[in-house]
Amino acid sequence: MENHKEQNKHIYWNPYFGGFLLGILIIFTFYITGRGLGASGAMKSSVVAIVDTVTPEHAEKNAYYSKFIDDDKSTLNNWLVLETLGVLIGAFISGGLAGRIGWRVQHSPKITSRRRLWFALGGGVLFGLGAQIARGCTSGAALSGMAVLSTGGFITMLAIFGTGYLVAYFFRKNWI
Amino acid sequence: MGPLIPNDIIPYEWNNVIAIIIGIAFGFILESSGFSSSRKLAGVFYGYDFAVLKVFFTAALTAIIGLLYMDYLGYLDISKLYIHPTYLWGAIIGGAIMGVGFVAGGFCPGTSLCAVAIGKIDAMIYVLGIMIGVFIFSEAYTLFEPIYNGYFEGNITLMDSLGVSPYWFVFILTVAAVVIFALSDQIRKRVKKVFY
Repeated sequence: MENHKEQNKHIYWNPYFGGFLLGILIIFTFYITGRGLGASGAMKSSVVAIVDTVTPEHAEKNAYYSKFIDDDKSTLNNWLVLETLGVLIGAFISGGLAGRIGWRVQHSPKITSRRRLWFALGGGVLFGLGAQIARGCTSGAALSGMAVLSTGGFITMLAIFGTGYLVAYFFRKNWI
Repeated sequence: MGPLIPNDIIPYEWNNVIAIIIGIAFGFILESSGFSSSRKLAGVFYGYDFAVLKVFFTAALTAIIGLLYMDYLGYLDISKLYIHPTYLWGAIIGGAIMGVGFVAGGFCPGTSLCAVAIGKIDAMIYVLGIMIGVFIFSEAYTLFEPIYNGYFEGNITLMDSLGVSPYWFVFILTVAAVVIFALSDQIRKRVKKVFY
């Protein structure tokens, strides 16, 4: 190692090692439960639960919320919500072991924190909307879909990354 | 023979415990691979860090090959697995909107959760944004409904759509991935380094 060279502050796993383990985890998940991983599902459940708590009549009337409301059990009592709690715990353990935990807004030195937060909010809104239209995000639709060779999973993956490359130019100031 | 819970080999009551254990492993792998950093993730779109490409495609290929092998050897009945359904235009339009969201926000939902877990405030705002996005979709559901429920092709796989053998498809995809990984390393060498 050449110490005089500028380096990134954080050292992460070799990406092929991480990808291999993630692939093994997907196999394990399908083998045990018959379905794949997910992430945006838990956020959808949270929104449904909030709306159902604030205005139950409105949630019952809405054709989308009402799909996910079950009178027998809580909206938050589902597989993806528990899996997501696990994701938070797992990431916290990994970040803790590597000394990466701390309150901060991560952004390029060329932009302000405020700008980063506005773009994060806007990006989140778009991703949340898109994930509902496509019935899943990068985890549930693209990755878990591809694992079982789902046509929709491949299409969603191509659409996400293809559009990402198409529009990257317009957002370059935020990142490079 | 798997899948174990749908076939009642593991009692259904274990489902919730398994959900948390799988989640912990998922979060640990994503965070350790650097996916809690939006600047690392965005690198795939600008050529200064291809971790997303490498992790994502290695994972997908490992999973496809593993599942096909387990089916072939009789440990798993692949026809009993949940196949993500294909709603053609929903997948394209939804994916395109997510693509813009990815570059603007620097995360996808799973990776933003990892960043939330280690205290990134931008990721917390991003998750709030996702919830607002879900809320907008739900409130305007009648508007989105034709695209959400339309153009339904069934729970089809690439075998149905392209008429190819899964084994040949995976073989070609693997070769393509190795070539793409090698190309990405060449691109990275030529792009100005970004430190984060």
